[in-house]
Amino acid sequence: MNEQQQQVVAALLATWQHQPGALLPLLHAIQDALGWVPEDVVPQLSQALNLSRAEVVGVISFYHDFRTQPPAAHSLRVCMAESCQVAGAEALSALAGQQLGIREGETADGQWQVRLVYCLGACACSPALQLDGQLHVQVTPERLTQLLASSREGV
Amino acid sequence: MSALTLYLPQDSVVVAMGADAVADALQVAAATRGVALELRRTSSRGLFWLEPLLEVEVAGVRHGLAAVQAADADSVLTALLAAGAPMHPKAIGPVAEIPQLKRQQRQIFSRAGLTRPVSLDDYQAHGGGRGLQRARTLSAAAVVEEVLQSGLRGRGGAAFPAGIKWRTVQQAQSASKYVVCNADEGDSGTFADRMVMEGDPLLLIEGMKIAALAVGATQGYIYVRSEYPQAVATLRAAIAAAEAAGWLGEDASGQTFHLEVRVGAGAYICGEETAMLESIEGKRGTVRAKPPIPALAGLFGQPTLVHNVLSFAAVPGILADGAATYQAMGMGRSRGTLPFQLAGNVRFGGLYELAFGPTLHELVNELGGGTRSGRPVKAAQVGGPLGAWVPLSDFDLPLDYEAFAARQAMLGHGGVVVADDSVNLGQMARFAMAFCAEESCGKCTPCRIGSTRGVEVIDRILHKQDTHANVALLHDLCDTLLHGSLCALGGMTPYPVQSALRHFPQDFGLTPEEAQP
Repeated sequence: MNEQQQQVVAALLATWQHQPGALLPLLHAIQDALGWVPEDVVPQLSQALNLSRAEVVGVISFYHDFRTQPPAAHSLRVCMAESCQVAGAEALSALAGQQLGIREGETADGQWQVRLVYCLGACACSPALQLDGQLHVQVTPERLTQLLASSREGV
Repeated sequence: MSALTLYLPQDSVVVAMGADAVADALQVAAATRGVALELRRTSSRGLFWLEPLLEVEVAGVRHGLAAVQAADADSVLTALLAAGAPMHPKAIGPVAEIPQLKRQQRQIFSRAGLTRPVSLDDYQAHGGGRGLQRARTLSAAAVVEEVLQSGLRGRGGAAFPAGIKWRTVQQAQSASKYVVCNADEGDSGTFADRMVMEGDPLLLIEGMKIAALAVGATQGYIYVRSEYPQAVATLRAAIAAAEAAGWLGEDASGQTFHLEVRVGAGAYICGEETAMLESIEGKRGTVRAKPPIPALAGLFGQPTLVHNVLSFAAVPGILADGAATYQAMGMGRSRGTLPFQLAGNVRFGGLYELAFGPTLHELVNELGGGTRSGRPVKAAQVGGPLGAWVPLSDFDLPLDYEAFAARQAMLGHGGVVVADDSVNLGQMARFAMAFCAEESCGKCTPCRIGSTRGVEVIDRILHKQDTHANVALLHDLCDTLLHGSLCALGGMTPYPVQSALRHFPQDFGLTPEEAQP
């Protein structure tokens, strides 16, 4: 972390440190501010919250949301829960992999990360996916192709 | 300059269907015509096949225009500026007369589509706040008694009598107590919690405040999953509004109740109540062994009332109208209403709040209009990913906790995922095991290891390897998961697996006899 990032983390610690159960809100705040949770925040967190480093690392790795690497430029999260599966989500996931040429979870050349998620709460309008944080519902293969194309143009 | 008031939902799914673009286009079209347009962004009615549903009030009656897109803005505005009810190809007449809405018995969702989510004025103008008002005139014990008499059972899935939980927390001796809302709605096919939080957050706040008064809690948490950013933002705005109005914080009578939103981090298991408590405490979301029950030793070891969103949301109505009114709805030991969520491959998907007791046939075929694909319905998974696949032959079962339990199925949180005949339930059973393996917290062996072995055994059955022995092994494994797991994730994963095997053996390449335990 550079000096500016260290200051950001210190300020967040000052805000949250004395709240009960502060670790999750802190990790969210750090990821929101920096884009990811760098490894070198672990000692800081462990000292401020009086936890072992193993406990902090254990929490970071337990939850799917926390990234320990910088994020890719674009993120695609395809819902694979039952409601979306029975409405054609598997075809969408296959299509995304094929068009982007990457497998689930990969950030090939830092441009894309594709993740399978389980339920975005749009089940009445399955299948659903999230592209760069934006929800799309009743997605057809044609629509997905369009969405990916316009996203790539915007890189 | 003429003036026009219109209503358009801001529910996140409706926004995904283009509502914001419609709003912008309407503003532009109005400005061009010199019309002062007041566009009120409301909650959604939950009739998603009609969204974005634009509404206008004509002589005190809300008229609708369905599936409005930005390109319609000009023609819609022309139609609306003409006197009387809107004449437009997308006009559908009075919204309250839509058959799927008219048949509903909306209690929790009585304000859906009518009010702006964070407006206290709208909330109170449509009956909000009466429950808290009455609760303040009663003793804490009387409030608990009211909840007990209503017959309300927890809407999160386990269906435990709410009043008994309240009494346990109330009678626990402790310097501090908590009220916690489990809003980690991770089950596929469920979205009612999201709709309450995004659409009528003050209802949840009112329910939690009543609970805090009754059990003597001064601090509350709402644990929302990170997949619901709009719910998080709306709840935080609503909490600020409620604080400003004196509903939260220290009120005039000297009672204090603080409410805070905590955000999950993408772990399905945190929907399990003890895993959720661990997560709020800042730890990994691993399940706690019970006892002690959270009502006696919950958050930070203190007595804690934990409920789902829909359970708290039912409370203001029970207090406002009295336990007897609530108790009068439903059947058997399932009292009141349940917001059923119709999802998956279904034509008229959405939210259907009904008193307990209708059948799946009524819900899926009559109200839901069958599949969206037009192919025959094959089965419905009821109660989330841990619920059973219900075959057509059980579509006449009443939607009631006990009736479903008697058929080795469960009602859970009221989610119904419809599948057509193209879906292979052998593959869905495999997915249920794979999902359990992916989301297991790892604390107990049956769930952590059994789910991985479950995928392998199902694969061997699907590949016709030593079928007889592997079917026996799968049943044995399901039995171990059912009885040996610490919580419902491992303990109920056998439901979708065994129901698929029992009702659809052909999808595993088996005859009915071969699928027997």
